[in-house]
Amino acid sequence: MSGFNKVVSTYEEAMAGLSNDMTIISGGFGLCGIPEGLTQEIKKSGVTGLTVVSNNCGIDDFGLGILLKGRQIKKMVSSYVGENAEFERQYLAGELEVDLTPQGTLAEKMRAGGAGIPAFYTATGVGTAVAEGKEVKQFKGRDYILEESITGDFAIVKAWKADKIGNLVYRETAMNFNPMAATAGKITVVEVEEIVEVGELNPNEIHTPGIYVNRVIQGTFEKRIEKLTLAQN
Amino acid sequence: MSLNRDQIAMRVAQELQDGYYVNLGIGIPTLVANHVPEDIEVMLQSENGLLGIGPYPTEDQVDADMINAGKETVTAALGASIFSSAESFAMIRGGHVDLTVLGAFEVDQNGNIASYMIPGKLVKGMGGAMDLVAGAENIIVTMTHADKRDNSKLLENCTLPLTGVGCVKKVVTNLAVLEIKDGAFHLLERAPGISVEEIQKKTAGTLIVPEHVPEMTL
Repeated sequence: MSGFNKVVSTYEEAMAGLSNDMTIISGGFGLCGIPEGLTQEIKKSGVTGLTVVSNNCGIDDFGLGILLKGRQIKKMVSSYVGENAEFERQYLAGELEVDLTPQGTLAEKMRAGGAGIPAFYTATGVGTAVAEGKEVKQFKGRDYILEESITGDFAIVKAWKADKIGNLVYRETAMNFNPMAATAGKITVVEVEEIVEVGELNPNEIHTPGIYVNRVIQGTFEKRIEKLTLAQN
Repeated sequence: MSLNRDQIAMRVAQELQDGYYVNLGIGIPTLVANHVPEDIEVMLQSENGLLGIGPYPTEDQVDADMINAGKETVTAALGASIFSSAESFAMIRGGHVDLTVLGAFEVDQNGNIASYMIPGKLVKGMGGAMDLVAGAENIIVTMTHADKRDNSKLLENCTLPLTGVGCVKKVVTNLAVLEIKDGAFHLLERAPGISVEEIQKKTAGTLIVPEHVPEMTL
Protein backbone atom coordinates (compact mmCIF):
# COMPACT_ATOMS: atom_id res chain seq x y z
CA MET A 1 0.00 0.00 0.00
CA SER A 2 2.98 2.36 0.10
CA GLY A 3 1.94 3.75 -3.27
CA PHE A 4 -1.03 5.42 -1.62
CA ASN A 5 0.71 6.53 1.53
CA LYS A 6 0.35 10.32 1.60
CA VAL A 7 1.91 10.99 4.97
CA VAL A 8 4.88 13.35 5.14
CA SER A 9 6.79 14.06 8.33
CA THR A 10 8.03 17.64 7.91
CA TYR A 11 6.40 20.90 6.88
CA GLU A 12 9.20 21.41 4.32
CA GLU A 13 8.12 18.21 2.58
CA ALA A 14 4.48 19.18 2.92
CA MET A 15 4.98 22.42 0.99
CA ALA A 16 7.76 21.24 -1.34
CA GLY A 17 7.44 22.79 -4.79
CA LEU A 18 5.97 26.08 -3.58
CA SER A 19 7.44 29.04 -5.43
CA ASN A 20 6.87 32.74 -6.09
CA ASP A 21 3.68 33.91 -7.86
CA MET A 22 1.73 30.71 -7.23
CA THR A 23 -1.99 30.51 -6.42
CA ILE A 24 -2.85 28.96 -3.06
CA ILE A 25 -6.37 27.99 -2.05
CA SER A 26 -6.92 27.77 1.69
CA GLY A 27 -9.74 26.25 3.69
CA GLY A 28 -11.10 27.89 6.83
CA PHE A 29 -13.72 30.36 7.99
CA GLY A 30 -12.32 33.11 10.16
CA LEU A 31 -9.80 31.31 12.36
CA CYS A 32 -11.92 28.15 12.45
CA GLY A 33 -10.59 25.14 10.55
CA ILE A 34 -7.44 26.81 9.21
CA PRO A 35 -4.21 24.96 8.34
CA GLU A 36 -2.11 26.76 10.93
CA GLY A 37 1.22 25.00 10.47
CA LEU A 38 1.09 25.03 6.66
CA THR A 39 0.48 28.78 6.75
CA GLN A 40 3.49 29.17 9.06
CA GLU A 41 5.55 27.12 6.61
CA ILE A 42 4.56 29.43 3.73
CA LYS A 43 5.69 32.35 5.85
CA LYS A 44 8.98 30.61 6.60
CA SER A 45 9.59 29.80 2.93
CA GLY A 46 9.60 33.51 2.13
CA VAL A 47 7.84 33.10 -1.24
CA THR A 48 6.22 36.26 -2.58
CA GLY A 49 3.76 37.37 -5.24
CA LEU A 50 1.17 34.88 -4.05
CA THR A 51 -2.48 34.87 -5.03
CA VAL A 52 -4.37 33.54 -2.03
CA VAL A 53 -7.95 32.32 -2.31
CA SER A 54 -9.61 32.09 1.08
CA ASN A 55 -12.90 33.26 2.55
CA ASN A 56 -11.07 35.46 5.07
CA CYS A 57 -7.50 36.58 5.58
CA GLY A 58 -6.92 35.72 9.23
CA ILE A 59 -6.21 38.46 11.74
CA ASP A 60 -3.14 40.67 11.96
CA ASP A 61 -0.95 38.15 13.79
CA PHE A 62 -2.56 34.77 13.09
CA GLY A 63 -3.64 32.68 10.13
CA LEU A 64 -3.16 34.17 6.67
CA GLY A 65 -2.63 37.58 8.29
CA ILE A 66 0.99 36.62 8.89
CA LEU A 67 1.57 36.36 5.13
CA LEU A 68 0.06 39.80 4.59
CA LYS A 69 2.34 41.26 7.20
CA GLY A 70 5.38 39.86 5.39
CA ARG A 71 4.12 41.28 2.05
CA GLN A 72 4.04 37.78 0.55
CA ILE A 73 0.56 38.20 -0.91
CA LYS A 74 0.01 40.07 -4.17
CA LYS A 75 -3.68 39.33 -4.53
CA MET A 76 -6.45 38.08 -2.22
CA VAL A 77 -9.68 36.49 -3.37
CA SER A 78 -12.00 36.65 -0.35
CA SER A 79 -15.56 37.41 0.69
CA TYR A 80 -14.97 39.09 4.03
CA VAL A 81 -11.86 40.75 5.39
CA GLY A 82 -13.36 42.92 8.12
CA GLU A 83 -11.28 41.49 10.95
CA ASN A 84 -7.92 42.45 9.54
CA ALA A 85 -6.66 46.03 9.90
CA GLU A 86 -3.45 45.41 7.95
CA PHE A 87 -5.50 44.05 5.05
CA GLU A 88 -7.61 47.19 4.96
CA ARG A 89 -4.53 49.38 5.15
CA GLN A 90 -2.68 47.61 2.31
CA TYR A 91 -5.80 47.59 0.15
CA LEU A 92 -6.70 51.24 0.65
CA ALA A 93 -3.05 52.16 -0.02
CA GLY A 94 -3.19 50.25 -3.31
CA GLU A 95 -0.50 47.78 -2.21
CA LEU A 96 -2.73 44.72 -2.34
CA GLU A 97 -5.00 43.55 -5.13
CA VAL A 98 -8.34 42.31 -3.86
CA ASP A 99 -11.05 40.40 -5.62
CA LEU A 100 -14.02 40.61 -3.26
CA THR A 101 -16.11 37.59 -4.11
CA PRO A 102 -19.49 36.67 -2.59
CA GLN A 103 -19.10 33.81 -0.15
CA GLY A 104 -21.37 31.35 -1.93
CA THR A 105 -19.82 32.20 -5.29
CA LEU A 106 -16.38 31.62 -3.77
CA ALA A 107 -17.38 28.22 -2.43
CA GLU A 108 -18.89 27.27 -5.76
CA LYS A 109 -15.84 28.53 -7.69
CA MET A 110 -13.69 26.12 -5.68
CA ARG A 111 -16.19 23.29 -5.96
CA ALA A 112 -16.54 23.77 -9.73
CA GLY A 113 -12.78 24.12 -10.14
CA GLY A 114 -12.21 20.80 -8.45
CA ALA A 115 -15.02 19.16 -10.42
CA GLY A 116 -13.76 20.19 -13.86
CA ILE A 117 -16.45 22.79 -14.50
CA PRO A 118 -14.82 25.95 -15.92
CA ALA A 119 -17.66 28.38 -15.15
CA PHE A 120 -21.25 28.62 -13.94
CA TYR A 121 -24.14 31.07 -13.91
CA THR A 122 -25.44 32.55 -10.68
CA ALA A 123 -27.88 35.28 -9.69
CA THR A 124 -25.58 36.36 -6.88
CA GLY A 125 -24.13 39.79 -7.62
CA VAL A 126 -26.36 40.70 -10.56
CA GLY A 127 -26.57 44.50 -10.81
CA THR A 128 -23.64 45.02 -8.41
CA ALA A 129 -19.93 45.73 -8.79
CA VAL A 130 -19.34 41.97 -8.78
CA ALA A 131 -21.08 41.73 -12.17
CA GLU A 132 -18.80 44.24 -13.90
CA GLY A 133 -17.20 42.76 -17.00
CA LYS A 134 -19.07 39.47 -16.68
CA GLU A 135 -21.46 37.91 -19.18
CA VAL A 136 -25.13 38.24 -18.24
CA LYS A 137 -27.61 35.66 -19.47
CA GLN A 138 -31.32 35.19 -18.86
CA PHE A 139 -32.81 31.88 -17.79
CA LYS A 140 -36.58 31.66 -17.22
CA GLY A 141 -36.81 35.45 -17.21
CA ARG A 142 -34.14 36.08 -14.58
CA ASP A 143 -30.64 37.50 -15.07
CA TYR A 144 -27.55 35.50 -14.09
CA ILE A 145 -23.85 36.28 -14.36
CA LEU A 146 -21.12 33.93 -15.55
CA GLU A 147 -18.53 33.19 -12.87
CA GLU A 148 -15.31 31.33 -13.65
CA SER A 149 -14.15 28.54 -11.39
CA ILE A 150 -10.85 28.54 -9.48
CA THR A 151 -8.05 26.03 -9.18
CA GLY A 152 -4.78 26.49 -7.32
CA ASP A 153 -1.17 25.38 -7.61
CA PHE A 154 -1.58 24.37 -3.98
CA ALA A 155 -4.58 23.81 -1.76
CA ILE A 156 -3.95 23.91 1.98
CA VAL A 157 -6.58 22.17 4.07
CA LYS A 158 -7.31 21.48 7.72
CA ALA A 159 -9.11 18.27 8.66
CA TRP A 160 -9.80 16.51 11.95
CA LYS A 161 -8.68 13.02 10.99
CA ALA A 162 -6.98 11.49 7.99
CA ASP A 163 -6.01 7.94 7.33
CA LYS A 164 -2.63 7.34 5.74
CA ILE A 165 -4.08 7.32 2.23
CA GLY A 166 -5.65 10.74 2.63
CA ASN A 167 -9.30 9.99 3.35
CA LEU A 168 -10.51 12.92 5.46
CA VAL A 169 -13.04 13.63 8.15
CA TYR A 170 -13.77 17.15 9.36
CA ARG A 171 -15.17 18.15 12.71
CA GLU A 172 -18.04 20.55 13.51
CA THR A 173 -18.02 23.88 11.63
CA ALA A 174 -14.27 23.56 11.05
CA MET A 175 -15.39 21.82 7.84
CA ASN A 176 -16.49 25.06 6.08
CA PHE A 177 -14.43 25.66 2.90
CA ASN A 178 -12.04 22.76 3.45
CA PRO A 179 -13.82 20.07 1.38
CA MET A 180 -13.97 22.34 -1.70
CA ALA A 181 -10.41 23.59 -1.25
CA ALA A 182 -9.24 19.97 -1.05
CA THR A 183 -10.58 19.25 -4.53
CA ALA A 184 -9.20 22.37 -6.21
CA GLY A 185 -5.43 22.15 -5.71
CA LYS A 186 -2.95 20.69 -8.20
CA ILE A 187 -1.16 19.70 -5.00
CA THR A 188 -3.48 19.34 -2.02
CA VAL A 189 -1.81 19.32 1.38
CA VAL A 190 -3.81 18.47 4.47
CA GLU A 191 -2.87 19.24 8.06
CA VAL A 192 -4.75 17.10 10.58
CA GLU A 193 -5.20 16.60 14.29
CA GLU A 194 -4.85 12.85 14.04
CA ILE A 195 -3.55 10.37 11.47
CA VAL A 196 -5.10 6.90 11.73
CA GLU A 197 -4.44 3.57 10.06
CA VAL A 198 -6.21 2.66 6.85
CA GLY A 199 -9.49 0.96 7.77
CA GLU A 200 -10.05 2.91 10.96
CA LEU A 201 -12.31 5.47 9.29
CA ASN A 202 -15.82 4.32 8.44
CA PRO A 203 -16.13 4.55 4.62
CA ASN A 204 -19.68 5.85 5.06
CA GLU A 205 -18.47 8.79 7.09
CA ILE A 206 -15.55 10.04 4.99
CA HIS A 207 -16.10 13.63 3.88
CA THR A 208 -13.22 13.91 1.39
CA PRO A 209 -12.01 10.79 -0.44
CA GLY A 210 -8.23 10.37 -0.59
CA ILE A 211 -8.11 10.73 -4.36
CA TYR A 212 -8.09 14.51 -3.93
CA VAL A 213 -5.25 14.50 -1.42
CA ASN A 214 -1.52 14.47 -2.18
CA ARG A 215 0.12 15.00 1.20
CA VAL A 216 -0.95 14.59 4.82
CA ILE A 217 0.89 15.98 7.81
CA GLN A 218 0.25 15.66 11.52
CA GLY A 219 -0.21 19.20 12.83
CA THR A 220 -0.41 20.87 16.18
CA PHE A 221 -3.10 23.48 16.51
CA GLU A 222 -3.52 26.52 18.69
CA LYS A 223 -7.17 26.86 17.55
CA ARG A 224 -7.45 30.48 18.50
CA ILE A 225 -11.01 31.70 19.15
CA GLU A 226 -11.94 34.96 17.45
CA LYS A 227 -15.01 35.86 19.49
CA LEU A 228 -15.56 33.95 22.69
CA THR A 229 -19.26 34.23 23.49
CA LEU A 230 -20.75 32.47 26.48
CA ALA A 231 -24.24 31.64 27.71
CA GLN A 232 -25.57 34.40 29.96
CA ASN A 233 -26.23 32.25 33.02
CA MET B 1 -39.86 56.42 21.58
CA SER B 2 -37.28 55.16 19.15
CA LEU B 3 -36.69 51.40 19.45
CA ASN B 4 -33.39 50.08 20.76
CA ARG B 5 -31.56 47.24 19.04
CA ASP B 6 -33.26 44.60 21.12
CA GLN B 7 -36.72 46.02 20.45
CA ILE B 8 -36.06 46.05 16.69
CA ALA B 9 -35.17 42.35 17.02
CA MET B 10 -38.38 41.75 19.02
CA ARG B 11 -40.45 43.26 16.24
CA VAL B 12 -38.67 41.20 13.58
CA ALA B 13 -39.29 38.06 15.64
CA GLN B 14 -43.02 38.60 15.12
CA GLU B 15 -42.45 37.80 11.43
CA LEU B 16 -41.22 34.27 12.23
CA GLN B 17 -43.52 31.37 11.47
CA ASP B 18 -43.62 27.84 12.81
CA GLY B 19 -41.33 25.58 10.78
CA TYR B 20 -39.28 28.37 9.22
CA TYR B 21 -35.62 27.91 8.28
CA VAL B 22 -34.10 31.33 8.98
CA ASN B 23 -30.75 32.97 8.32
CA LEU B 24 -29.89 35.81 10.69
CA GLY B 25 -27.12 38.23 9.75
CA ILE B 26 -24.59 39.83 12.06
CA GLY B 27 -25.63 42.61 14.50
CA ILE B 28 -29.28 43.31 15.26
CA PRO B 29 -30.47 40.29 13.23
CA THR B 30 -28.52 37.94 15.55
CA LEU B 31 -30.59 39.28 18.47
CA VAL B 32 -33.79 37.99 16.83
CA ALA B 33 -32.84 34.52 18.08
CA ASN B 34 -33.47 35.73 21.66
CA HIS B 35 -37.10 36.54 20.87
CA VAL B 36 -38.46 33.51 19.05
CA PRO B 37 -42.05 33.06 20.30
CA GLU B 38 -42.31 30.06 22.62
CA ASP B 39 -45.15 28.40 20.72
CA ILE B 40 -43.24 28.05 17.43
CA GLU B 41 -40.15 26.20 16.24
CA VAL B 42 -37.61 27.72 13.89
CA MET B 43 -34.27 26.36 12.68
CA LEU B 44 -31.47 28.91 12.36
CA GLN B 45 -29.02 28.57 9.48
CA SER B 46 -25.46 29.80 9.75
CA GLU B 47 -23.78 30.16 6.36
CA ASN B 48 -20.44 28.75 7.54
CA GLY B 49 -22.13 25.35 7.53
CA LEU B 50 -24.56 24.82 10.40
CA LEU B 51 -28.32 24.31 10.25
CA GLY B 52 -29.67 24.42 13.79
CA ILE B 53 -27.75 27.03 15.79
CA GLY B 54 -28.03 26.36 19.51
CA PRO B 55 -27.42 28.68 22.46
CA TYR B 56 -24.03 30.19 23.25
CA PRO B 57 -21.90 27.63 25.11
CA THR B 58 -21.15 27.44 28.81
CA GLU B 59 -17.46 27.65 29.61
CA ASP B 60 -17.23 23.85 29.61
CA GLN B 61 -18.92 23.58 26.22
CA VAL B 62 -16.70 26.09 24.38
CA ASP B 63 -15.27 24.50 21.24
CA ALA B 64 -13.09 26.46 18.80
CA ASP B 65 -14.43 24.25 15.98
CA MET B 66 -18.00 25.36 16.64
CA ILE B 67 -18.76 28.91 15.53
CA ASN B 68 -21.50 30.87 13.78
CA ALA B 69 -21.13 33.12 10.74
CA GLY B 70 -20.28 36.02 13.07
CA LYS B 71 -17.34 33.91 14.32
CA GLU B 72 -18.91 33.66 17.78
CA THR B 73 -18.66 30.39 19.68
CA VAL B 74 -22.00 28.54 19.58
CA THR B 75 -23.50 25.12 20.21
CA ALA B 76 -25.58 22.93 17.92
CA ALA B 77 -29.32 22.68 18.56
CA LEU B 78 -31.04 19.31 18.82
CA GLY B 79 -31.50 18.08 15.25
CA ALA B 80 -28.72 20.22 13.82
CA SER B 81 -26.68 19.30 10.77
CA ILE B 82 -23.20 20.39 9.72
CA PHE B 83 -21.96 20.68 6.15
CA SER B 84 -19.57 22.48 3.81
CA SER B 85 -19.78 26.08 2.62
CA ALA B 86 -20.79 24.89 -0.87
CA GLU B 87 -23.69 22.90 0.59
CA SER B 88 -24.64 25.85 2.77
CA PHE B 89 -24.90 28.20 -0.18
CA ALA B 90 -26.74 25.60 -2.24
CA MET B 91 -29.45 25.92 0.43
CA ILE B 92 -29.31 29.70 0.29
CA ARG B 93 -28.98 30.18 -3.46
CA GLY B 94 -31.49 27.43 -4.14
CA GLY B 95 -34.19 29.30 -2.23
CA HIS B 96 -34.58 26.76 0.58
CA VAL B 97 -34.22 29.30 3.38
CA ASP B 98 -37.63 30.74 4.32
CA LEU B 99 -36.50 34.06 5.78
CA THR B 100 -33.32 36.11 5.73
CA VAL B 101 -32.77 39.00 8.13
CA LEU B 102 -29.81 41.27 7.55
CA GLY B 103 -28.48 44.73 8.32
CA ALA B 104 -27.69 47.47 5.80
CA PHE B 105 -26.16 50.92 5.38
CA GLU B 106 -28.89 51.99 2.94
CA VAL B 107 -31.99 50.68 1.23
CA ASP B 108 -33.97 52.41 -1.49
CA GLN B 109 -37.54 52.55 -2.69
CA ASN B 110 -36.84 50.03 -5.45
CA GLY B 111 -35.74 47.38 -2.98
CA ASN B 112 -32.02 47.84 -3.61
CA ILE B 113 -29.69 47.32 -0.67
CA ALA B 114 -26.16 48.57 0.10
CA SER B 115 -24.47 46.88 3.03
CA TYR B 116 -20.87 45.93 2.37
CA MET B 117 -18.63 48.80 1.42
CA ILE B 118 -18.00 52.51 1.83
CA PRO B 119 -15.53 53.32 -0.97
CA GLY B 120 -12.23 54.73 0.23
CA LYS B 121 -13.19 54.29 3.86
CA LEU B 122 -14.33 50.88 4.81
CA VAL B 123 -13.57 47.58 3.19
CA LYS B 124 -15.10 44.60 4.86
CA GLY B 125 -16.51 42.59 2.02
CA MET B 126 -19.95 41.22 1.31
CA GLY B 127 -19.46 37.86 3.01
CA GLY B 128 -22.58 35.86 2.26
CA ALA B 129 -24.91 38.84 1.97
CA MET B 130 -25.01 38.97 -1.84
CA ASP B 131 -25.85 35.27 -2.02
CA LEU B 132 -28.49 35.64 0.69
CA VAL B 133 -30.30 38.53 -0.96
CA ALA B 134 -30.12 36.86 -4.38
CA GLY B 135 -31.45 33.56 -3.09
CA ALA B 136 -34.15 34.55 -0.61
CA GLU B 137 -37.76 35.27 -1.47
CA ASN B 138 -38.36 36.76 1.93
CA ILE B 139 -35.88 39.36 3.16
CA ILE B 140 -36.18 41.73 6.10
CA VAL B 141 -33.63 44.50 6.56
CA THR B 142 -33.01 45.89 10.04
CA MET B 143 -31.34 49.27 10.44
CA THR B 144 -31.61 52.63 12.13
CA HIS B 145 -33.87 54.91 10.11
CA ALA B 146 -31.27 57.68 9.90
CA ASP B 147 -27.57 58.01 10.67
CA LYS B 148 -26.09 59.94 13.60
CA ARG B 149 -26.36 63.21 11.66
CA ASP B 150 -30.02 62.46 10.92
CA ASN B 151 -29.37 61.64 7.27
CA SER B 152 -32.00 59.19 6.06
CA LYS B 153 -30.93 55.65 5.18
CA LEU B 154 -34.19 55.01 3.32
CA LEU B 155 -33.43 56.61 -0.02
CA GLU B 156 -34.76 57.21 -3.49
CA ASN B 157 -31.57 55.59 -4.81
CA CYS B 158 -28.79 53.94 -2.83
CA THR B 159 -25.55 55.92 -3.03
CA LEU B 160 -23.17 53.17 -1.87
CA PRO B 161 -22.14 50.05 -3.83
CA LEU B 162 -25.08 47.66 -4.00
CA THR B 163 -25.32 44.26 -2.35
CA GLY B 164 -28.43 43.34 -4.29
CA VAL B 165 -30.97 44.77 -6.70
CA GLY B 166 -34.75 44.87 -6.21
CA CYS B 167 -34.70 42.28 -3.45
CA VAL B 168 -35.77 43.95 -0.19
CA LYS B 169 -39.49 43.84 0.55
CA LYS B 170 -39.58 44.75 4.22
CA VAL B 171 -37.60 47.08 6.50
CA VAL B 172 -37.78 47.27 10.27
CA THR B 173 -36.10 50.37 11.72
CA ASN B 174 -35.96 52.03 15.13
CA LEU B 175 -38.92 54.15 14.01
CA ALA B 176 -41.11 52.07 11.72
CA VAL B 177 -42.01 48.94 9.80
CA LEU B 178 -42.15 49.56 6.07
CA GLU B 179 -42.94 47.53 3.01
CA ILE B 180 -41.25 48.23 -0.32
CA LYS B 181 -43.39 47.82 -3.42
CA ASP B 182 -44.20 49.64 -6.64
CA GLY B 183 -41.17 51.91 -6.27
CA ALA B 184 -42.07 53.33 -2.85
CA PHE B 185 -41.82 52.76 0.88
CA HIS B 186 -45.21 51.99 2.41
CA LEU B 187 -45.52 52.80 6.11
CA LEU B 188 -47.08 49.85 7.94
CA GLU B 189 -46.40 50.55 11.60
CA ARG B 190 -44.70 53.16 13.71
CA ALA B 191 -42.69 52.70 16.90
CA PRO B 192 -44.62 53.54 20.09
CA GLY B 193 -44.83 57.31 20.50
CA ILE B 194 -43.22 58.11 17.14
CA SER B 195 -45.24 60.41 14.92
CA VAL B 196 -45.87 59.92 11.22
CA GLU B 197 -44.31 63.35 10.68
CA GLU B 198 -41.01 62.27 12.22
CA ILE B 199 -40.92 59.19 9.99
CA GLN B 200 -41.73 61.34 6.96
CA LYS B 201 -38.95 63.75 7.90
CA LYS B 202 -36.42 60.94 8.16
CA THR B 203 -37.42 59.07 4.99
CA ALA B 204 -35.71 60.51 1.91
CA GLY B 205 -37.35 58.12 -0.55
CA THR B 206 -40.99 58.21 -1.59
CA LEU B 207 -43.14 57.32 1.42
CA ILE B 208 -46.76 56.25 1.11
CA VAL B 209 -48.67 56.84 4.34
CA PRO B 210 -52.09 55.25 4.79
CA GLU B 211 -54.81 57.03 6.71
CA HIS B 212 -54.26 54.99 9.83
CA VAL B 213 -50.77 53.88 10.89
CA PRO B 214 -50.92 51.60 13.93
CA GLU B 215 -48.28 51.57 16.64
CA MET B 216 -46.19 48.42 16.93
CA THR B 217 -47.00 46.06 19.75
CA LEU B 218 -43.90 44.63 21.33
